Amino acid sequence: RVSSDGKPPKFQPPPKPVIIDRKTQKEDKRFLSPEFIPPRGRTDPLKYFIERKDMIQRRKVFNIPEFYVGHVLAVTTAEPHASTKSQRFVGICIQRGGKGLGATFVLRNVIEDQGVEICYELYSPRIQAIEVLKLEKRLDENLMYLRDALPEYSTFDVNMRPVPRMAHEEIPVNKLQVRMKPKPWSKRWERPKYNIKGIKFELPEHKMKAAQKWSQPWLEFDMLREYDTSKIEAKIRKELSEELEK
Amino acid sequence: STTGACGAIQKLTRVRVVDNSALGNTPYHRPPKCIHVYNKTGVGKVGDKILLAIKGEKRKALIVGHKMPGPTMTPRFDSNNVVLIEDNGNPIGTRIKTPVPYTLRRREGEFSKVLAIARNFV
Repeated sequence: RVSSDGKPPKFQPPPKPVIIDRKTQKEDKRFLSPEFIPPRGRTDPLKYFIERKDMIQRRKVFNIPEFYVGHVLAVTTAEPHASTKSQRFVGICIQRGGKGLGATFVLRNVIEDQGVEICYELYSPRIQAIEVLKLEKRLDENLMYLRDALPEYSTFDVNMRPVPRMAHEEIPVNKLQVRMKPKPWSKRWERPKYNIKGIKFELPEHKMKAAQKWSQPWLEFDMLREYDTSKIEAKIRKELSEELEK
Repeated sequence: STTGACGAIQKLTRVRVVDNSALGNTPYHRPPKCIHVYNKTGVGKVGDKILLAIKGEKRKALIVGHKMPGPTMTPRFDSNNVVLIEDNGNPIGTRIKTPVPYTLRRREGEFSKVLAIARNFV
């Protein structure tokens, strides 16, 4: 290692080791139910804190599984007028709304050629059990367009067996492109406002171009609409893990 | 003046007859329409009686499901469903295949005969 000059070679420090802390990375990506994140507004955070305490109390007694829009769930509720006092409904989750204790999710299924949707409250004491039958995310967060899609995409067998979850890591994304009934639809899903990727639009080219007239490309750069939830989420995750250990 | 808020089933809504009666299932060039709602407000929800115009004649009917979202935990159907009924409350058909909400069971006294012919409950 003698250089041509006869001087010792310039000291090269060893390359710095890149430390990837897998534990903290995993904690960040672990699932946090969307109803825990408070909406942006000027209400007192004490209200959300008290609500979260009640939500954690309910979760200790009753297990609310992790689920996203696009999962097939089976919900048993207490029904005073049913013969067995409980009713089981199987359906695909098309929407998750509401924050805090009023969080809801809508399940859709087609029974005997009739589409039925039920909006359930997650923290209602009437719910006796929630089972996840099929785990799969879809390309969109809101599957309301299934109302205008062919009924075969919303039919799920009532007696279907729960599909076992493979690895404990990723939830598969189903890149299914749904075919629609002929227009008119309940909403103009081809417009960029809904930003739907899960429909196979069979509309002519000029109609798709005309729909782009309503695009608002400046919205994604609007700084007043930004809501960065990373710090709030981290705080809530810490709170949750502390409370659940008690 | 402005029109009032649109509710579930009101005058001139087209409905879908769900039982297996002859009146409800024979095709006609005009769909069955509601002409009166027996209610203080003119808006009919599940369990209300309405007057229907089918095939040129008037018949009473019972609403068993509508497209408008109701209270949480109750089902919302994709079509306005209706069961044909006589003046004394007896259903004209003999079977109801489409699912019917459990909330009708609350008024077991009035609708016992309709609930007896219903097959699926939601």
